[in-house]
Amino acid sequence: MRYMLLIYANEAAVQGNPDKVKDVSPAYIAYTNAMRDAGILLGGEPLQPTAYATTVRSRSGKTEVLEGPYAETREQLAGYYMIEAPDLDAAIGWAARCPGAENGTIEVRPLWEMRAS
Amino acid sequence: MGDAGKLMADTLAIARAAAEAAARHSYGKLIAFLAARTRDVAGAEDALADAFAAALERWQVEGVPARPEAWLLTVARRRSIDQMRRRQTGIAAEDHLRLMAEEIEAKDANEGLPDERLRLMFTCAHPAIDAGMRAPLMLQTILGLDAATIASAFLVPPATMGQRLVRAKSRIRQAGIPFRVPEREELDGRLDAVLEAIYAAYAEGWTDPNGSESRRRGLADEAIWLGRLVVSLMPQEPEALGLLALMLFADSRRHARRSPCGDFVPLAEQDIALWDTAMIAEAETLLGKAAGMGKVGRYQLEAAIQSAHAARLDLGATDWTAIASLYAALGALTHSPVVAVNHAVAAALAGRADEALRMLDQVADDPRLAEYQPYWAARAEVLERLGDRAAAAAACHRAIGLEPDPAMRRFLQAKLATLEA
Repeated sequence: MRYMLLIYANEAAVQGNPDKVKDVSPAYIAYTNAMRDAGILLGGEPLQPTAYATTVRSRSGKTEVLEGPYAETREQLAGYYMIEAPDLDAAIGWAARCPGAENGTIEVRPLWEMRAS
Repeated sequence: MGDAGKLMADTLAIARAAAEAAARHSYGKLIAFLAARTRDVAGAEDALADAFAAALERWQVEGVPARPEAWLLTVARRRSIDQMRRRQTGIAAEDHLRLMAEEIEAKDANEGLPDERLRLMFTCAHPAIDAGMRAPLMLQTILGLDAATIASAFLVPPATMGQRLVRAKSRIRQAGIPFRVPEREELDGRLDAVLEAIYAAYAEGWTDPNGSESRRRGLADEAIWLGRLVVSLMPQEPEALGLLALMLFADSRRHARRSPCGDFVPLAEQDIALWDTAMIAEAETLLGKAAGMGKVGRYQLEAAIQSAHAARLDLGATDWTAIASLYAALGALTHSPVVAVNHAVAAALAGRADEALRMLDQVADDPRLAEYQPYWAARAEVLERLGDRAAAAAACHRAIGLEPDPAMRRFLQAKLATLEA
């Protein structure tokens, strides 16, 4: 099954502390390499902070564009990985190893498989 | 009714009895076998329900097959394939089913169906399943209880329980919760969740000792059945043995817990002639075997406390000092305020009421106890022993206000009357 590992973290805590970014970067590189070596990594990228987010929606034929993220939350979506795992236990195992799990939260979501037979 | 009519009725009765026997013995096994391969519990249930319906129809015409379990599985598997085709999805699942067909044929040649109920139990008690739904899920998938029966046992509206069960089952499928017994390193924690769910089912049955509500009757029996199943599948797990012993000890006193007119009878005043000694003996054997494995745990300690109560059969009196020290060990392991309350009561009955009051004061601030009836009943007991009847009466009054069970409430009211006399 394909799973998304959605990494939620408190941006403010990271932004105010550039050293912290330096600390976790090698861990993320090692983590990404480990997933690649295991042959389960399908994709994944970090995201720019929500300060650079733009929200778009269409209402009665008009496009509304708003500055900022979809919702103000304590922790923000900071990046994702997409992996191929045999089952939820395996996906949880990889989520637990993510450096972001230490101070943030990893949401494990199965993908909606659109295959037709 | 003519002879022909009678013969038909007999054939129908035989077919029905055979189907019911197969259901009792094989339901959980068949669900586990089907679901483990398709990851679709609800689909397995539907397929098996169809197979049972077909059995009732065909067995009365063609006679009961030599191996009813294999017959049911073959029909259920065909239904599963039909389901997959109708949904037009899940190629992988259809492959599983094809493999399963080959597997069944190979298995059929030599022995019966492999027992995969343990895997199913671990799926039901997976950490990704809401803790409150683990016991209901197990009761439905392993024992085939319907949502209405489970709902009434857990005091939830039937439609709500039905929805929650459906959601939990689709979660197993969609989130990819595996059907397997966990590896050694995570087994302890995961087994604990399985045992906890079984104990939750038992506790629901326990609150209705006389089975006065007919639909709730027997959930304690079902939980004991599940406990036996785990023990038979994992005979080397001391906590599984401990849980079964605990349930058997508690159940041995089922008929002594209420007076003939339905009033609550506290353990200390129970008529030991009403205790089931065969059940106690079985529990003692299990507990002894568990103790020999050298790994103490919560259920073994709780069973040991029950064993100390049961010793009244031989000793004629209760050794409260021994019980208090077992509660101390249990408290050190679980840090549960409920255990602290029981520990305090045992200490008071062992003649150490001062110490008991200090123990209760220590947990008095725990928010989990503010609305916990036994805490206030324990305070009343301890304060009475210390001679503070006014404070004891106040605590007893509070306990009455918190108690939902009428029989227990009557018992507390009688106690309050003696305190105020």
